[in-house]
Amino acid sequence: MSTFSLSDVATGEAERGSALAGKLREAAPGLAAALAWAAFGASCLVREDVGDWSRTTDLAISAFVIAALILVAGVAASHLGRVGAAVRKRSPWLIALGVFLSLWELATAKFAWLPLPFFPPPQAIIEVYTDDLPKLLDSVFASVKLQLGGYVIGASIGFVTGVSIGWSTRIGYWVHPVLRFIGPVPATAWLPIAFFTFPTSWSASTFLIALATGFPVTVLTWSGVASVSSAYYDVARTLGAKPSFLVLRVAIPAALPHVFVGLFMGLGASFAVLVIAEMIGVKAGLGWYLQWAQGWAAYANMYAALLVMSLLCSGAITLLFKTRDRVLVWQKGVVKW
Amino acid sequence: MVAAAISDAVKAQFPGAAIDIAHVDHAFDIDGAELKVLDDVSLIVEPGEFVALLGPSGCGKSTLLRLIAGLDRPRSGSLREDDIGIKGPHPSRVVVFQDPTLFPWRTVWDNVALGLEAQGILKKQRHRVDAALDLVGLTDFRNAYPHQLSGGMAQRVALARALVNDPKVLVLDEPLGKLDSLTRIAMQAELVALWQRKGFTTLLVTHDVEEALVLANRVIVLSDRPARIKADILVDRPYPRHRGDPHLADLRRQILGLLGLEATW
Ligand SMILES: Nc1ncnc2c1ncn2[C@@H]1O[C@H](COP(=O)(O)OP(=O)(O)OP(=O)(O)O)[C@@H](O)[C@H]1O
Ligand SMILES: [Mg+2]
Repeated sequence: MSTFSLSDVATGEAERGSALAGKLREAAPGLAAALAWAAFGASCLVREDVGDWSRTTDLAISAFVIAALILVAGVAASHLGRVGAAVRKRSPWLIALGVFLSLWELATAKFAWLPLPFFPPPQAIIEVYTDDLPKLLDSVFASVKLQLGGYVIGASIGFVTGVSIGWSTRIGYWVHPVLRFIGPVPATAWLPIAFFTFPTSWSASTFLIALATGFPVTVLTWSGVASVSSAYYDVARTLGAKPSFLVLRVAIPAALPHVFVGLFMGLGASFAVLVIAEMIGVKAGLGWYLQWAQGWAAYANMYAALLVMSLLCSGAITLLFKTRDRVLVWQKGVVKW
Repeated sequence: MVAAAISDAVKAQFPGAAIDIAHVDHAFDIDGAELKVLDDVSLIVEPGEFVALLGPSGCGKSTLLRLIAGLDRPRSGSLREDDIGIKGPHPSRVVVFQDPTLFPWRTVWDNVALGLEAQGILKKQRHRVDAALDLVGLTDFRNAYPHQLSGGMAQRVALARALVNDPKVLVLDEPLGKLDSLTRIAMQAELVALWQRKGFTTLLVTHDVEEALVLANRVIVLSDRPARIKADILVDRPYPRHRGDPHLADLRRQILGLLGLEATW
């Protein structure tokens, strides 16, 4: 190991100084983020709560722990590999979140600048997660089950219908007018009819979710198949492709980008139907939980459920986009969600 | 016995098919008006011949190739492959289109494998795909997607996708049009070698008179739209040909004259 040289000795001192400054600059966002979360912890303790919440101290402790973790990750980022890099990348958001939570804490629990029952403090929402967890989990489970069943049924039927009418003009002749007539009606308009024609409210809701999913999936699959360039079919036919090959190996893969747009739109539409169906008919799920919380004026429970719902919906869309990126690797420049 | 042996030898030498085009007319309807594209085109291509089609842009060359491929039916007249009427596409007549039209969702390897897969013989014949890729020098790009290829590479993939099927008739619509001149010359030599080795019948559309003369046995010059056969020129020179061959230079001048360019050349 003789890589040490004269120039190293000469510049060593100055380099050490500038290296320190560089390190400090690098760690600054992490430090600020840790500070913001410490401020949040402090804001929980500055004075007595104006109301009666049991989790204030726990929340303060958690905030300080998070602040400490951010501090460690920020200072030792280079030794922590992926975790350190991830924390560093998210520091600006961590700062914003810490500041927002501090302001929220002060504006509600400490000074009640916001009208109280309607704007619960963070500790009230934490309380919901710790004390009402079983009920919340049951609701999540019921919602996911209903949504998944309806979505899978609707997407499959929509996909098959879309391919059929895109491919066969004869099937298109019969299905297209029906689609035009029924498709644009919001699925929720069927709600009253569905709930007395179907044997159970669960099957009625599944039908409505499938309907809301199926329409965009059908239309986009159809337009995707119909817009496949005839040059692809020419190539495949001169190479000896039979009709089944043309559908399965040419039309469907070429239409997949459109299909995913349909699946995305269907997902959004079906979330809306899910929540309304749960509020009105099904006595389970997050929509029903929201309704129930409103009945009891349990505003903290509503915010807590809303937060869970947004995590679930966002998670579902992330999953869909991840799947799409996987399936459509051959496309360049796909949008990152 | 002897006769059979001779005919076998001939067959082995010319596994290509004959193409018989008789009095073919074709037209398109554009906004109710009829656009005549082919006007009484008759042409007999012998098995194993290399025929180049030259003609002004938009005269109907690609249209004629589509008819030979069986992708469209002519308005009148008949097309036959080895005395069997052409009623639709068949993998014995493979087309390399003007545009490479690779399937963007398939890797290079899967694109080349397309024909074998469509005919349901890919499982046993995977080595043919590798060989075809090797032939066009794209083995290193087997796992690339078409959007990652250059224009010339895409055209080479399209060529490999056609050759992997061992066609009797190879129909080429300006397959070398997008290649740089060096690759182009190399691919021309490759094409001639391949044609000599395999003996398939080749129909090549090109804009490049020199390319036609370096490659083909026969050059067909087409008129402006609607395309008629203006001249049928035999190029009776051995391969490999030299671009500077005085006989070819004469033919070149003659063909350019037929295409209406004598003033500038
Ligand atoms: N599907 C079609 N519908 C209507 N008109 C067409 C169609 N295909 C070709 N044509 C017309 O037929 C004529 C001949 O077209 P074609 O593609 O055969 O020309 P080409 O000789 O191959 O020209 P180029 O050398 O530029 O490729 C053109 O005028 C074109 O507008
Ligand atoms: Mg053309």
